[in-house]
Amino acid sequence: MSRTFVGMPPFPTAARSSTKDGQLRANLTHATHTIRDKRAKAVAELDDWAELREAGKRIKDHTLRHLDHYLEQLEASVTAAGGQVHWAADAAEANRIVTELVRATGETEVVKVKSMATQEIELNEALAKAGISAYETDLAELIVQLGDDLPSHILVPAIHKNRSEIRDIFQDAMGRWGRPAPEGLTDRPAELAEAARLHLREKFLRAKVGISGANFMIAETGTLVVLESEGNGRMCLTLPETLISVVGIEKVLPRWQDLEVFLQLLPRSSTAERMNPYTSTWTGTSDGDGPQRFHLVLVDNGRTDTLADTVGRQALRCIRCSACLNVCPVYERAGGHAYGSAYPGPIGAILTPQLRGVESELDASLPYASSLCGACYEVCPVAIDIPEVLVHLRERVAEGGGHRDGHRVEGAVMRATTWLFDHPAALGAVERAAGAMRGLVPRRLPEKLPLPGPAKAWNDSRDLPELPEESFRDWWKKREQRGSGE
Amino acid sequence: MSSREQVLARIRTALADVPRESEAAPDPAAVPRGYRTTHTGEDPAAIRELLAENLADYRAIVHRVGDESEVAGAVGRLLAERGSKTVAVPDGLPADWLAEVAAGTERLAEGPELTARRLDSVDSVVTGCAVAIAETGTIVLDAAEGQGRRRLTLVPDHHICVIRPGQIVASVPQALPRLDPRRPQTWISGPSATSDIELDRVEGVHGPRTLEVVLIDD
Repeated sequence: MSRTFVGMPPFPTAARSSTKDGQLRANLTHATHTIRDKRAKAVAELDDWAELREAGKRIKDHTLRHLDHYLEQLEASVTAAGGQVHWAADAAEANRIVTELVRATGETEVVKVKSMATQEIELNEALAKAGISAYETDLAELIVQLGDDLPSHILVPAIHKNRSEIRDIFQDAMGRWGRPAPEGLTDRPAELAEAARLHLREKFLRAKVGISGANFMIAETGTLVVLESEGNGRMCLTLPETLISVVGIEKVLPRWQDLEVFLQLLPRSSTAERMNPYTSTWTGTSDGDGPQRFHLVLVDNGRTDTLADTVGRQALRCIRCSACLNVCPVYERAGGHAYGSAYPGPIGAILTPQLRGVESELDASLPYASSLCGACYEVCPVAIDIPEVLVHLRERVAEGGGHRDGHRVEGAVMRATTWLFDHPAALGAVERAAGAMRGLVPRRLPEKLPLPGPAKAWNDSRDLPELPEESFRDWWKKREQRGSGE
Repeated sequence: MSSREQVLARIRTALADVPRESEAAPDPAAVPRGYRTTHTGEDPAAIRELLAENLADYRAIVHRVGDESEVAGAVGRLLAERGSKTVAVPDGLPADWLAEVAAGTERLAEGPELTARRLDSVDSVVTGCAVAIAETGTIVLDAAEGQGRRRLTLVPDHHICVIRPGQIVASVPQALPRLDPRRPQTWISGPSATSDIELDRVEGVHGPRTLEVVLIDD
């Protein structure tokens, strides 16, 4: 089981179906608005947020500028602390390394902490092919896994599911994976969480191998850091005999002290809390406490290509907080699946095409999956200028990636619009004509309209706005004539 | 070429535009840090009040005691109220803290026989801590004396944690220099919680569902 993102349609096609899903849009609107309001309060508590954000940005940039140095230092520190470091140039190699490490333990099942890197490389699918069952233990990841679904949000992967959908998934699927859901399970969140606790506890208590990612790695000390809320992370990081951490090379920080910046920025930006309930740090292995074997797999998988792009490399500052998803009007309507990657939303729209290249139709469509409103840049705790990178990547797509048609159409539309705004009389005539004909205009242009590819996709995924009775310019003129009495 | 060499070579090629200042190691201290080291000031009483407030805000249950001699009474009462029959005890926990635990309560000392499976049937655990952070309502355990191995405070459903005044700091920047990264650490802010179902917060998924804090005032 477990689907993958491979073969996903391009963003406009995927968004066309997801924007018509009323339940999905209701679930997303509720969730993103709740969390963005809460986040604003958590951030407002710190009057030095701007300085923290600047320091976060500068520390990350400094690290990226000397990434080779800090990775070598990290490797030496982890090794000195009793861990073993492996390097993976791409996803296939990372999966091969992890599979071999699990096989060497003789085990056929592993428990997993939620990790974006292992989703990116599709580790679960690779392990399944090798006969190894990987159990997701984060509640949302469990929902996604049991539902044979894909995650749709970085922080809350099952954000697209409501409580009754989750209840149905638990009832249908838990029994196939272990302890079944209790009889008469209702859709109360507390009851659903309890069912997950019982289902997963038997897995935690027998697990011999844990797999995690990491939020941060400290070069100076060899320390790895995982932030979480439920305690499933602590279970996976401390109860098994062997721990394998799969981490992108950009997650390294120079010093232990640097955590003072990121442990303030990350929780407030992601879960909108002063601090997440649990943070675990470990340095190699500790005698008699926690796993006695520790492997760190450092993953490139397109990160060095991203680093080579002087504009796009700032995406590697990302600390995966997901604040940009929660403020994005495009994400809110299209949902996370439409982005066809482990990384949805605005950060996904710039990270995915850089990690994977823009050769596929899906990846070439992602830099266009944005209204360029800039809200994502405003909330980003490490100040990634996502709109700047989007525009930069659009250029790259237009120049090379086989999507020149899309670019040409966009150019033609922009030139026509510019002409219209430069010729006010013509604009007024067009607006008046539109107002007069409003009764004749359909809510949606026919889907069979003979438009060229991208324009058709654009048209098919949108409703037409209702036309007002009179144009703004006519209304303004009348208002001026009546004077300012109303 | 090994993958290690390949990745490092790719990084160096990718950074061709970045001037290498010198052969010396880069200096992370050169990064400007204009942020505050505290948002709370210096008054220990005010910092302690803020800690109590933020712990409670994250649904830890806070009990204040005047001085260390009152810890035993509080711990004994909390275990009795909960009806705990078994309590896990980390190495190095002050014996005084358990002086008023009801007779008949089984004490389980740390050791190889106290496996995760055995801990699953233990009612409560009592520990101290390394540091407590007021601004975030966070307790940090570093597996030193009186705190136990990490699984001790994870598997049982009820955790009582005692905080001494000298262990309290105002902020995250003040906490880190006090902690040794070579020790495994667990930073705890309230009990286990999830918001994965419609962002409704539910306490107690996999870690302890109840966190009680005994805060010593003096």
